[in-house]
Amino acid sequence: MSTVIDGLHYTQSHEWVRLESDGTVTVGISDHAQHALGDLVFVEVPAVGRALTAGEACAVVESVKAASDVYSPLAGTVTASNEGLANASEAVNQDPYGNGWLWRMSVADPSAVSALLSADQYRAELAKLGE
Amino acid sequence: MAFIPHTDEDIRSMLRAIGAPSVEALFDEIPANLRAKELEKIPPALNEMSIGRLMQARAAQDGRLLNFIGAGAYEHHIPAAVWSIITRGEIYSAYTPYQAEASQGTLQTIYEFQTMIASLTGMDVSNASMYDGASALAEACLMAVRAHRTSKSMRILMPANVHPIYRSCVAAITESQHIKLETIAVERDSGRVDRQALQAHAGSDVTALVIAQPNFFGVLDDVDALVDWAHTQNIMVIAIVNPTSLSILKPPGRWGTKGADIVVGEGQPLGVPLASGGPYFGFMTTRQEYVRQMPGRIVGRTVDLDGKSGFALTLQAREQHIRRGKATSNICTNQGLLMSAATIYLSILGPEGLARVAKHSLAKANALRQRLATIGIKPVFNATHFHECLYRLPVPASKLIASMAQSGIAAGFDVASVAPEWSNTLLVATTETKTDEDLNQYVQVLAQSLKSMGV
Repeated sequence: MSTVIDGLHYTQSHEWVRLESDGTVTVGISDHAQHALGDLVFVEVPAVGRALTAGEACAVVESVKAASDVYSPLAGTVTASNEGLANASEAVNQDPYGNGWLWRMSVADPSAVSALLSADQYRAELAKLGE
Repeated sequence: MAFIPHTDEDIRSMLRAIGAPSVEALFDEIPANLRAKELEKIPPALNEMSIGRLMQARAAQDGRLLNFIGAGAYEHHIPAAVWSIITRGEIYSAYTPYQAEASQGTLQTIYEFQTMIASLTGMDVSNASMYDGASALAEACLMAVRAHRTSKSMRILMPANVHPIYRSCVAAITESQHIKLETIAVERDSGRVDRQALQAHAGSDVTALVIAQPNFFGVLDDVDALVDWAHTQNIMVIAIVNPTSLSILKPPGRWGTKGADIVVGEGQPLGVPLASGGPYFGFMTTRQEYVRQMPGRIVGRTVDLDGKSGFALTLQAREQHIRRGKATSNICTNQGLLMSAATIYLSILGPEGLARVAKHSLAKANALRQRLATIGIKPVFNATHFHECLYRLPVPASKLIASMAQSGIAAGFDVASVAPEWSNTLLVATTETKTDEDLNQYVQVLAQSLKSMGV
């Protein structure tokens, strides 16, 4: 059973979103996602300053078996990227909700955050997948 | 297993099963005016003996001309060992087997090829080869658009001294992906990239600059200055090079302060015989930082569980069988056979041997230029050339070519046939295969041909 942390928001495509105190959000992939992908060998994060639309493919997580897109859960602009992952992609496997964060962004419409899945709703989604 | 998929009896039984009267009836949904017609000009079938004689007679019409045509494909001596090794049954395949790691020999050959090409171009990584030089350039343009971290314009600066056929190939492949190719003028007296035309793009968002060295006219440019200009403008550099020339010229990885970002070229000069339409092969190298944007496959060296050295396909997750529509390219094994020939050619010649080929070719080109000057035929460009040179003619090139062919000489490439603005010019390539007598004969026949045309 993979870990789902209360207080974060989630998407159907297995990204998590944390609302920070300054109003920006941090984005990563869920424990379920990192487990399904297997050991990551490379992570490509979006450049700071890049404008994103909700649902836009903007990062790539690559394991020995597959390279998968990560989709922006919200519309906004990238304010920071976890460049350290370029040489330490295993952080996404080991600590998906912490050191394995992918990028931070300012959000165009803050109310869109609460429209994402809650932890309980995401647990229900995972249950449907047989977790 | 027979390679005839179904016999008449099979077809009849399948038609019975689905209740259709004939194969033709299966196509009746397609309006008659959209149907392809019979091939009217295909003659009746001949038996094996007759077709053999017919094809030999046709081949004889080509004759065995003394060849001075280059324009992207060059006649070099190929040691007999190259193709006698390549045509052995164990090696004679263009493909990487599906269970690639079971064929360590194939993977090792690709690994050796990558190592040689990366070293020759002075770059970090090479892929396992491309279809040909022109499509490799197109792939390099697509790659630059993917790899550039900040440029959004998808504008590629394409000098007019890049091979005209490469330019049309790049346009055909990149057009539907909204990449904008902007032609950069060539200096009329030197054949080099027009610096003012280039400078007009300073300060604007440009993704990549293409630099050909030697360029289509055989001319060498100040590539250090071009690369440094591009990098100060935040423009990536795509180099097109002749692999033979790299044994004596500075490799693109050391052009300017930072070196080129992507290097491509036509691999044919490395052990692949001239043939109308190929098959030839392309090559591509890049820096480590762009390796995940490079199309095609890469073989890596590793150790197995017992610590023994071995080879494995690497970075496959970016390839089409895994990443589908988002793959970096649909290219995979492509020209494996010719890549193997090049690997054997390079291993037989070694760096010194390849440098001798380049120096002899250059010396022969210089000798021809001096001899042509004695009959008043001069280069179009006042510049340093490699083994090819564009000459100014007093007549259309097509006429001179036809006349010299009567005397057994393929005089060169009629540039006006692909780029009409270069009328009355002839592109002549000279390699180590030409003797002093060949050069004398060329000059003599050219002089006679002009005389017979009343010039």
